[in-house]
Amino acid sequence: MLHPRDEQDLCEIVASAEATGARLELQGGGTRAGFGAPREVELVSLAAFAGVVDYDPAELVLTVRPATRLAEVQALVAGQGQMLAFEPWGEPASTIGGVVAAGVAGSRRVTAGSARDHLLGFRAVSGRGEGFVGGAKVVKNVTGYDLPKLMAGSWGRLGAMTELTLKVLPAPRETVTLVAEGLYPHAAHAAMACALGSNAEVSAAAHLARGITLLRVAGFAPSVGARCAALPGLLAEHCTLRLEEDAAALWAEAMAGTALKGAVRWQVHLPPRHAPALIAELAALGIDWAFDWGGARVWIGSDDEGTAVREAAARFGGEAMLVSAPAAMRARVSALPPRSAGVMALEARVRRAFDPVGLFATTRFAEDAHADQLPA
Amino acid sequence: MPAPDTATLAKRDRIIAAMRAIVPGEGVISDADGLRPWESDGLTAYRQPPMLVVLPETVEQVSAVLRWCHAEGVRVVPRGSGTSLSGGALPLADAVLLGMGKFKRVLDIDYEDRIAVVQPGVTNLAITQAVEGKGFYYAPDPSSQIACSIGGNVAENSGGVHCLKYGLTTNNVLGVELVLIDGEVVRLGGRHLDPAGLDLLGVVVGSEGLLGVVTEVTVRILPRPETARAVLVGFPDAEQAGACVAQVIAEGIIPAGMEMMDKPAIHAAEAFVHAGYPLDVGALLIVEVDGPSAECDHLIGEIARIAQENGAVTTRVSEDEAQRMAFWAGRKAAFPAVGRISPDYYCMDGTIPRRQLPHVLRRMEELSAQYGLGVANVFHAGDGNLHPLILYDANVPGELDKAEAFGNDILRLCVEVGGVLTGEHGVGIEKRDLMPEMFTEADLKQQQRVKCAFDPKLLLNPGKVFPTLHRCAELGRMHVHRGALPFPELERF
Repeated sequence: MLHPRDEQDLCEIVASAEATGARLELQGGGTRAGFGAPREVELVSLAAFAGVVDYDPAELVLTVRPATRLAEVQALVAGQGQMLAFEPWGEPASTIGGVVAAGVAGSRRVTAGSARDHLLGFRAVSGRGEGFVGGAKVVKNVTGYDLPKLMAGSWGRLGAMTELTLKVLPAPRETVTLVAEGLYPHAAHAAMACALGSNAEVSAAAHLARGITLLRVAGFAPSVGARCAALPGLLAEHCTLRLEEDAAALWAEAMAGTALKGAVRWQVHLPPRHAPALIAELAALGIDWAFDWGGARVWIGSDDEGTAVREAAARFGGEAMLVSAPAAMRARVSALPPRSAGVMALEARVRRAFDPVGLFATTRFAEDAHADQLPA
Repeated sequence: MPAPDTATLAKRDRIIAAMRAIVPGEGVISDADGLRPWESDGLTAYRQPPMLVVLPETVEQVSAVLRWCHAEGVRVVPRGSGTSLSGGALPLADAVLLGMGKFKRVLDIDYEDRIAVVQPGVTNLAITQAVEGKGFYYAPDPSSQIACSIGGNVAENSGGVHCLKYGLTTNNVLGVELVLIDGEVVRLGGRHLDPAGLDLLGVVVGSEGLLGVVTEVTVRILPRPETARAVLVGFPDAEQAGACVAQVIAEGIIPAGMEMMDKPAIHAAEAFVHAGYPLDVGALLIVEVDGPSAECDHLIGEIARIAQENGAVTTRVSEDEAQRMAFWAGRKAAFPAVGRISPDYYCMDGTIPRRQLPHVLRRMEELSAQYGLGVANVFHAGDGNLHPLILYDANVPGELDKAEAFGNDILRLCVEVGGVLTGEHGVGIEKRDLMPEMFTEADLKQQQRVKCAFDPKLLLNPGKVFPTLHRCAELGRMHVHRGALPFPELERF
């Protein structure tokens, strides 16, 4: 593993990899290393790029280095009554750069946006071994191309971020979870759609397979009180609601899918109206599942090492990402769902724009290996 | 602008014939009188009739037009409703102006999934009008929303007074159908959240028509808040108003809108629409909150308290919808109001860290004295987006140049204090030459390489955004490893 100390070191590592043909994999906390195919790579630890650069709560802007622990960032902003509104989650070693590069978002994503919506700017070293910036350090900016959007969720395939500027928002003063029990998937989805489509401003909606539907109401106390009072009436034809005092573990289950049974875990993104039909169709596989984002994200756990989940997701206008699986399956099945030929070609050209020789294109994603064959 | 290509001009008749074959009927405009109305967009200081105008009605026509132009090396400038304030749709003498105004249909509304699928020529406001019967709306609300198209909003990543709480266009668009310059049609994103792979949609939004032509847009629609209330607060000076804004946010309140006007803007607006603004204050804030009425009542009380703590001299809370609209009437009419007190005005659009507001306003006063031109300020105070309006008279020789130089100094100042050249109007032609103030050569080249990935011949909207046009081959810096080129299967340009 390589341990660059600063941007200059990173530039030199890139230059020397270019000469040797090595493939570089950037590592923050290493907690998502199991995502994608098993691979031979040169790991580049970004551990030296840690710490807070600037935080001005009144400006709603935080600039931080990528290897700063996510938990540290969350504690810092919480100390000022603020939050990362996309609700990133991860293991204790997870870093802020890691969750942004992986596009990780929690249950609040359905109303507050994802990592891509909160990355305002960055500094990075490209596959050319050049430092460059994209975006800026203010909350409203349309100057030049929105490169931060490309970096969020890119899995480190465009460059090594050395600094990130994130939008932060005030944390709600009060958060309440209302629960309905015993709903079948169709009824749960209908209740969530009704809640999210109402002006009761539900900030998150999820449903666990064992028949627990969760609605989150957050904000200032008088508002939370009024909305919690209104919701049972709004949802009267769907369910009855009760207050859940201890909801943290339930939300963790819904947003990360970590409690699912089975060695294979998929994350399906689809038009939420199709979520109930998707799991009905896959029932024969003996799947475990959870709905987040009102059904727009479906976690699926199973022991089936085939691609039925991916095919079913595509039939319903969605797509399935393979989040974790035994190594043999990960070697065979791409983590990322296929896109159309035109989009894949465009993505390859955009990656080449940042990384002309494919230094960051490891065999983690099969599509990269096909598009970016380096000469032997 | 890039010099007109004489070879293109020489084959104008052949280009017209080819376009007529693709878009029959009245979809091709080539006579001088017919071209004149298309000579500028919302930045009227710049005018240039296009070589010809093509108004396609189908995706197939858009694709065929682009494919033909690509093969023949003809430049194309896409245009929505032509309301750009940065010259984003300014025509070129040697380019086809591709007007998307005939793409006017709302294709699908799905209330259960809270999305609308529309053609790019549908106006921003028409989306809200299409869904409001069911209690929904489309959140981004640029001031030109009655006229501007959603396709143009995607190109410019448009904002509006409510974007602090509800985000810009990019945060409210789920997918587009995009025609690339070679005629290929791709779909980026769709009807669900967070598609896998590179976020190409994210870079297309706000790309100012340089990457492709959008032929369909899928947007999120939101349930209309139960109620909205506004409070109008006057302060002796902008510093206190700025401190009030900072405290509102520090106390955890993200208002739906938070607008500031300085004294010249207050007076111009009041004289124009008689909104009842106090004239004895140095700065005026309009703070709007929306949501459940219990929330609005609570927050209005909090904001009034914070205003008092920061030295407010007048505080008025809207008692009904008519009064709330009256508070906004002056702010929404601020641009035309300034147009009444000055023959011409030039609208700037920088964003600054809000803490720099007093310093920036002081510097602007000094610059105003130095250039001998007045300036009125309206300000999206919540997100630091300034709209200084520079007052000038285009009929006085040299004043336009002076206004532009003043404007450029303001934008340099914005960058100097940690801000940006444009918060919502786009770079276009207007701020193109200032890009090096904010980005290094390496930064700009990296952005241009993205352009090359979409449009290697640089045919789409050339002359906008980038101060220097590098040929893509020059940016590529080919690497040769052991005698073999990387990506051997890929075409080289």
